Order: sequence, then structure tokens, then C-alpha cells
Amino acid sequence: MTFFEMLDQQGATRKCYAEVQRWIDETGIAGLQRRMEEAEAIFRRIGITFAVYGEGGDPERLIPFDLLPRVFSRLEWQRLEQGIRQRAQALNAFLYDVYHRGEIIRAGLIPQDLVYRNETFRPEMIGFDPPGRVYSHIVGIDIIRTAPDAFEVLEDNCRTPSGVSYMLENREIMTRMFPELFNRGLVTPVDNYPAQLLQSLKEVAPPACKGDPVVVLLTPGPLNSAYYEHSFLADLMGIELVEPADLFVDRDRVWMKTTYGPKGVDVIYRRIDDEYLDPLAFRPDSMLGVPGLFHAYRAGGVTLCSAPGAGIADDKAIYVHVPEMIRFYLGEAPILGNIPTWQCGKPEDLAHVLDHMAELVCKEVHGSGGYGMLIGPRATREAIATYSQRILANPGGFIAQPTLELSTVPTLGGAGVVGRHADFRPFCLVGKRMRLVPGGLTRVALTEGSLVVNSSQGGGVKDTWVLRD
Amino acid sequence: MLSRNAENLFWMARYVERAECTARLLTMGQRMAVLPGSAFLDEWRSVLRVTGCESYLDHDGPATEADIVRILLLDPDNPSSIQSCLARARANAKSVRTALTQDTWEALNLSWRRLADIKPAAALRELAALIDWVKTRAAIFRGSVDTGQLRTAGYDFMRIGGGLERAQMTLRLLEVKYYVLLPETDVVGGGRDHYQWTSVLHALSASRAYHHVYGGVHTPWQITDLLMVNRAFPRSVAFCADQMGWHLGLLAQEHDGPAAAHATLGEISDMLNRGRNGALFQRGLHESVQQCLALTNRLASEIAEAYHF
Repeated sequence: MTFFEMLDQQGATRKCYAEVQRWIDETGIAGLQRRMEEAEAIFRRIGITFAVYGEGGDPERLIPFDLLPRVFSRLEWQRLEQGIRQRAQALNAFLYDVYHRGEIIRAGLIPQDLVYRNETFRPEMIGFDPPGRVYSHIVGIDIIRTAPDAFEVLEDNCRTPSGVSYMLENREIMTRMFPELFNRGLVTPVDNYPAQLLQSLKEVAPPACKGDPVVVLLTPGPLNSAYYEHSFLADLMGIELVEPADLFVDRDRVWMKTTYGPKGVDVIYRRIDDEYLDPLAFRPDSMLGVPGLFHAYRAGGVTLCSAPGAGIADDKAIYVHVPEMIRFYLGEAPILGNIPTWQCGKPEDLAHVLDHMAELVCKEVHGSGGYGMLIGPRATREAIATYSQRILANPGGFIAQPTLELSTVPTLGGAGVVGRHADFRPFCLVGKRMRLVPGGLTRVALTEGSLVVNSSQGGGVKDTWVLRD
Repeated sequence: MLSRNAENLFWMARYVERAECTARLLTMGQRMAVLPGSAFLDEWRSVLRVTGCESYLDHDGPATEADIVRILLLDPDNPSSIQSCLARARANAKSVRTALTQDTWEALNLSWRRLADIKPAAALRELAALIDWVKTRAAIFRGSVDTGQLRTAGYDFMRIGGGLERAQMTLRLLEVKYYVLLPETDVVGGGRDHYQWTSVLHALSASRAYHHVYGGVHTPWQITDLLMVNRAFPRSVAFCADQMGWHLGLLAQEHDGPAAAHATLGEISDMLNRGRNGALFQRGLHESVQQCLALTNRLASEIAEAYHF
């Protein structure tokens, strides 16, 4: 039975949704739909758009926004928060370990090939201590819910998780359009996220930094699909939004080119993949990148956030071992569980997957954005046959998970309120200490029954409330 | 500020100004083209020539209004078309999103799509309304900059870019006049010549201003005086030079002043000062306009060099 988050088992409105229910009753469906068009016009005018790679069409598409908020009670959030912090801490401990002594591998808990032969592992990082021993400064954890008390982690994002701008803008639009919903103070605010992010970034300033650290946000440029978010965050933090061509390295320090001449940079929140950071250290054919950047980083002249090589912690093959990491590094039981996962690289798992493909969801280990996956129960026999050939050609490149009964959240449909499957991505900040804003991004599949919430595949977003009590 | 941001702001303001000025050129061409005998003189071709777009004409006959709409209003591949200018201004704005207020960004973000979707025939029918629309969009942009942008270096770069482009477009409007007018005479001749000169004023929204400053009679040297050396008229070259000088001065307070750019600006001012009371017209309008255009181009490259664009 799918859990519809708005109602309890008797069909009554759950307490945390009382305010939303009251609002729906007062405004009426037709009224809400009128306001929906208004919201869309605001999004278009502000220019919050999302480009989808390889789909052609409108390069500046809008992400669909649904008016009805998704609500967590204070108790639900407390548990989520503990689980998220625990996980972010364990992932950073794991990163430090694999780039140093590799204790978890020596202990036989994670096969060494899975780490050292992984393409996201960066041998260049071995033995280097990043400031504060932090590798992943923004940990985005994708969480799904399958029952009132069952939250599970779908995947971790330790590199440059995106979507936080939607968390902020969705709330902003809701507050602007429906101030009456917020004036009783029921909902905890999220608007201090940019200040907390800046604080976290300043806390990891490099040894060479004297005085107040100069922080910049490094973007590939306006053609990147998340460019809106890059400029939005830089704006709210009051820091420069730089492109690689604005930076250069001299005497182990990074400088940006300004109208006054060169200005030193201490911390770089980079939204560029490892491979494109520095053509001298990584991909030599990269047209992006700042030559010498990695050298300056290792020399303590600048801090890169996230650290190169942080991707090893959010690899889908490593994911399976995160509960083990939590027990190993923290000595605690995992608060948020994993979804049972079969690794096709293991012969016994492969056999099970091939026998049960019609019931499972199969994914590429290195895939993201909902691409290249197969949802067994929805797939034709031909599609399954084709996909199993792909798995057999490279078993280590695939994992499989059961088809889950994702919970549904209230969504505005044509005739009324309908339930649509959703997931949740909170953003945990790691500097000298950990910070977590009460909220996150709820992505929702707007098509009935659909389980794919990625915006690149027609998913939408909605505001997420954490109630004060 | 980042040099790239300075450059983007400078060009963003230029493109908006260029879109508006091109719209004004269209107004002027339209007025001139409806005068008797205009097909013979090919007014529209002169508009293409001063904007450097003559090569976009795909036939040898006299240029038509339809050609102009296609080339100067809609053609996305012609970097001087209004459509391109608005799209480029927006692209510049997007690259410096953090240096702009929400209002300024919205002013440009709303401008760029309308012309992309319009059919040439419809554009031709609605030309006057479209020209007005372009001018309105430019006004909204300037209004949002004026009332919302921080008065920091970024603002100075916008004002310098805007001033430079506006000066150049006023000069180009005078060039159209040069190409279509046969002999230059001291007094505005009858009928046709009169309308041509007043079309220039009309396109710059300067008809009434002219009467306030010079009284009721139109003389070519006074019209030139208003458009080139009058410091009170905001589209005159002298006014734009003052504007650039002011903002270059502000920038110089924080930076090591770019000596070359200031010297060039001084040269422009000297030239205009010496041209008062009709002297400029006596020396030859075409030569003066050409000289002034060359100096403004030099100024642009000196600014770029000084601020590491």
C-alpha cells in the first residue's frame, strides 16, 4: 500500500498537514490553479530555468513548480536530521581514510578494488590533508519514504549537489504569494542557508590565508544547466561568481583578474567536475580549468570545495557499504537505512538480478539524473532483454534495487488534490562543525504512478516545510 | 570587480542602447522613405550603410521597408539587428547576473523573446508599435539601473558603455543625412530637405527641444549644433562625452587612471568646443562626424585595455 503523506490510515488528515488542508479548503481548487499560473509567471520572469542536456528544445526550460507544500512534523525532522548528520560525518571520515591508511579496507569491510580501481578515486589526493579534514563540504542525501516511519537513503551526493536554489526560491515564492500561511510562525525558515554556507566555506580557509578569507564560486559558465543556481548562491553570499578564465595561479596562490589587477582567492566553492579543474593535473584536453590550481591546493594556497576525489564516497558501488562505514567510524547504528541493493559485479547477486528483472529497478553505477535506468515492472519484455544484455556485457557497471512503494505527497491535479511520488534532498554543510537547515528539496513525479522525480525527466519541485512543533 | 564582469556590463549597456538607436534609425528611415521621390534616392540603403549592414541586402534594387525589417529588426544572424542586440544584452546580463538587481535582470529577461517569435509580415504591419516597444524596453532597463543599481564601478561601466554607444548612434544618424542629402546648403531648402532634417530631429525625440533652444526656424547648422555640441541635450555627442568623462573620472579615483582614455576624451571635447556656433558645420559635417566616430572607437579600445577586458 502506497503511503499518502497527507492522510492517516483511517483517511483523516494527518496533524502536520492540518494547515495545508485548511488552506486548500479555503482557497478551493480553482483558486489554487489560478495562483499556479501566477507562480509560473514569476518563475519565468525571475529566470529560474533548467537546461536539459541532449534533449534539444527550449534551452531555458522552467522546472515545474507545484503549489502544495510537503510537510514534515518536528519529530520526523529530528530523526531525519540525526540520520543526515550521521551519514555526512561517516562519509567524510571514509574519504579521509581512503586517502590515508585505508583502515576500512584493511579491516576487510570494503574490497580494495572497489575503492582503488574506481574511476572516481583520485590517487593525486593520497596523503594530503585538506583543511579541517573535510572533503565533502555540502552533502546532499537523497531520501525516500516508504511508510510513516520508514525513511531510506536512495543515494549520496558528495561532490556538488544541486537543487538548493529551488529550496530557497520555492519558499520565497510561497511566502510572497501566500504570506498568510507563514505569519503564524508554524514553519521553520530556511533562508539562512546562504549565510551558513559562506560560514562553512570560510571555516576551511587554507593555511596561506591571513585575515578574512576571500571565497568565490567557480562556475563553468552561463551554458551550464545549473548556472542559475550558481549565480543565485554567489549573489546571496555576496561573493564573486568566477569562470575558469577569470583565475590564474602564481607562486602557489590563486588570483582572480579584476579591474584593479590580480586579487588573491582563498576558498573556491567549485561547481566544476574534478576532470575539468586543472588541465595540468587532470584532463589535459580540458578547455575549462585553471592550470596549476591543483598544485596550489596541495601547497596550501587555496581550498577547493569539495575536495577532488570526494566522488569516491557517493559512487553507487560504494553506497552499499555506507551503513558499514557508520558502524566502523562512528561506532553507532545507522539511523537512516539503505535500500537493499544487488551488485551485479557479484556472481550470486547477478544471478538473482537476471532472474528477477521484471520486479527490480536496475541502474548504472556511474549514471545519474535518472538516465540509463530500467524500471522492471514498467518495462516491456524486449526492453528487459536488451538491458540484461547490457548488464552481462559489464556486470560491475550495474546495481539493482527492489521497486519501492515510494510515498506520495499532495499535488495539485486537474480536478483536485492527488498523490504523486516524491523524494527529498536535504543539504548538510560541513565546515569546522556541521550545519543543517530544516528543509530541503522535494522533487515530485508529476505524472500519475511515475517513480522518476528527476527534473530532467519531467519531475517538478515543491516547497518543503518543517513544522516548529 | 572582475574584469569580465566590467566588460559584460559595458557591453550590456551598449547593446541596449544600440537596440534603441536602431529602432530610432528605423523611425527616421520610415519618415524619409515616404517623401516624394524617395525610391529614387534609396533612403533605406543609406540606413543599411551607416549601420554597416549593406552586405545583408540580397538584391541590387532599392532597399525596401521589408528588407529593413528583415535585416535590422529580426535577423538573428546579423549582430546589429535589434533582435541580436536584445539577445546579446541578455546574454551579457546572464553572465553578470550577480552584479545586477532583480529588476534590471527582469527588464532584459523579458525583452529578448518577443522578436524571436514574430513573422516578418506581422513585424512589417506592426512596425511602429514594435519600435515603440523597443524604446519602452530600453527605458525600463535604464529606469531600473537608475533607481536600483549600486553606484559602484559596475554602474560606471554601464554608463560609459551606454554613453559611448549613444554618441556613436547620433553620429550615425547624421551620416544617413549625409548620404541622402545631395549638396549641403546653408539654409534648409524647401520641402524635401526640410523634412529630411526634421526627420533626424524627430527620430531623436528632439523636435520640441530644438524649438526651445533655437526658436522656430530649422537651419542645418543649428540642428548639427544640437546633436553634436549642445551639452544640455541628452543624445548629443557632447552630452555623452561628458557622461563618459564623469564616470571615467569616478573609476580613476579607485584605479590607476587610464591616461590614454582620458586624453582621447579630452580630444573629443576640444573638437566639439571648437565646433560651436556653426564652426563645426563650416568645417564640413561629414568630416567632423567621421573624425568623431574614429575617436570614440579609439576610446572604446583604450577603456578595454585599461581595465583588462
